[in-house]
Amino acid sequence: MKDTHENTLKIDSLNHWFGEGETRRHVLQSISMEIFPGEVVLLTGPSGCGKTTLLTLIGALRKVEDGDLRVFGQQLFGANRKTRQNLRKKIGMIFQGHNLLRCLTAEQNVQMGADLLNGFSYKARRNQSREWLRAVGLEDHMSKLPHDLSGGQKQRVAIARALAAKPKLLLADEPTSALDSSTGREIVDLLKKLAFDQACSVLMVTHDPRILDVADRLLRMEDGQLLPSV
Amino acid sequence: MIRKFLENRRIPLAWLLLTRQPLRILVAIAGISFAGILMFMQLGFRDGLFDASVTVHKLFNADLVLISPRSKSSISMSGFPRRRLIQAMAHKDVIGTTAVNWNFLLWRNPENLSTRSILALGFDPTNDLLLDPNFKEKADTLKNKGRVLFDELSRDEFGPVSSWFRSGRIVETEVAGKRVRVSGLVSLGPSFGADGNLITSRETYLDLYSANPPGSIEIGLVRTKKGSNIESIVRSLNASLPNDVRVISLQSFIDFEKNYWKSSTSIGFIFTLGAAMGFVVGCVIVYQILYSDVSDHLPEYATLMAMGYNLRSLIGVVAREGFFLALMGYIPAYVSGQLLYSLVRSSTKLPVEMSFARASIIFCLILFMCMGSAIAAMKKLADADPAEIF
Repeated sequence: MKDTHENTLKIDSLNHWFGEGETRRHVLQSISMEIFPGEVVLLTGPSGCGKTTLLTLIGALRKVEDGDLRVFGQQLFGANRKTRQNLRKKIGMIFQGHNLLRCLTAEQNVQMGADLLNGFSYKARRNQSREWLRAVGLEDHMSKLPHDLSGGQKQRVAIARALAAKPKLLLADEPTSALDSSTGREIVDLLKKLAFDQACSVLMVTHDPRILDVADRLLRMEDGQLLPSV
Repeated sequence: MIRKFLENRRIPLAWLLLTRQPLRILVAIAGISFAGILMFMQLGFRDGLFDASVTVHKLFNADLVLISPRSKSSISMSGFPRRRLIQAMAHKDVIGTTAVNWNFLLWRNPENLSTRSILALGFDPTNDLLLDPNFKEKADTLKNKGRVLFDELSRDEFGPVSSWFRSGRIVETEVAGKRVRVSGLVSLGPSFGADGNLITSRETYLDLYSANPPGSIEIGLVRTKKGSNIESIVRSLNASLPNDVRVISLQSFIDFEKNYWKSSTSIGFIFTLGAAMGFVVGCVIVYQILYSDVSDHLPEYATLMAMGYNLRSLIGVVAREGFFLALMGYIPAYVSGQLLYSLVRSSTKLPVEMSFARASIIFCLILFMCMGSAIAAMKKLADADPAEIF
């Protein structure tokens, strides 16, 4: 049990393959890494090097094929569907596309995140959602539908939604790729600040060289392998 | 409990998915209501026809009925000797009988002189025929020869007899080529077999239909003492009377007639098939709507799964969409059904009523239709793979 709270994420010789037989590709090759509470870790590397695959494995969206992967001390190798599903609730995710629900307003989208929490009344969850939208600077856009929001505003809503479920680990996959540089910068700074306030670890995959400085630690990946940190 | 529900409720995703796509929901509601209206009409017609086949039967003042074993239905009644009714009087519980002649005769429309087949009932006006307490007085007018009572609910093709009669005009016309005068109006109602009815005395009846052997009748009505056991009287009369006559209770007589229309004609099958087609059309429409709805929102469903919503809660969303569609489609179908029923009643004079049983059966069918389609559409949810959305 002691191990449980020492690190948010611990990976030991993780391997993953795609495809079958001849075309089988070894996309992740004995990855080992750790993330500690409150850390902001950036993962960079050329496209197709396996970053996103690693992220989906950590996010419990894929079955672990080989190796040790623990999130909050929970072993994901051999974990069943239910365990993975429950774990997902504790992990916030921000996607490249904002992936907001088109039929819901900004406030309702954020509440979809807050609704995952047990033990709060509807009102409390709604107030939390509003609180989060205020925190990302969208207090004037609460009842707008996603298609009435700009790209940066949508990504802010997505951040609010991810944080509304009070995760202790936030996975972000190129959150700035669809944004111009200054908006991207704002979003990343906001993400870092809010994650810091919540003592939430962040693992962010990015190509964007302009935002590398927000990281506590930088990991580089190439051809399915983590390069030794500099 | 309501407070607990309000506290625990979440964003009503199913409702919002439906209502934020007004065009799609309108199409869905139109489709479901159309299917519902189709079912209401087909089943309404079917039940109305069956009920209409016994409009006159239900009005008879009788506990038991004697008919010929060769009679198949109201449109093909065979005769039996009138003596049997007198023999039935011998039973200690029988307090009264009425001999009824029943056949179709040609009525001449007094306005345009065209002829049309009408159901004529002949009976002895000194006996009881109908339950209606006001009938006795009208029956007395039949004691004069050549007088008939005309059914004011008969179809309009028989001529404006009731309005002429009400305005004080003397209505005379021909029945089976012989002159008759309308001496009163009764309310019976047309049935499937008969578009109109008239009642006359036995004497006039035999005059109009001279081919009828005088000792032969089609229906014998038997009234028994209050509180007597109908079943046992039926048994003992059937045992004591010769087998050229059949004794049945009035209810069996009604069922006998309905059964003929149900089993010996294609009416039941045709209308049930019509309703089934409405059901199938509805299923296809709802399935299409829900399937394309799930397909369109697949990335969003996958996102929800990535956030930690489990497959069960997403299935719940689709199920609730199906349920809401059922409710929203049923209400206009019910209202249109009511309107169309009254239209049918006024134009065909068939007793098509909105019965609670039919309203609930159709609600269940629509619910079944929507939930079945929702379950079929849920299979598409399996394609929502959260690993694919990064």
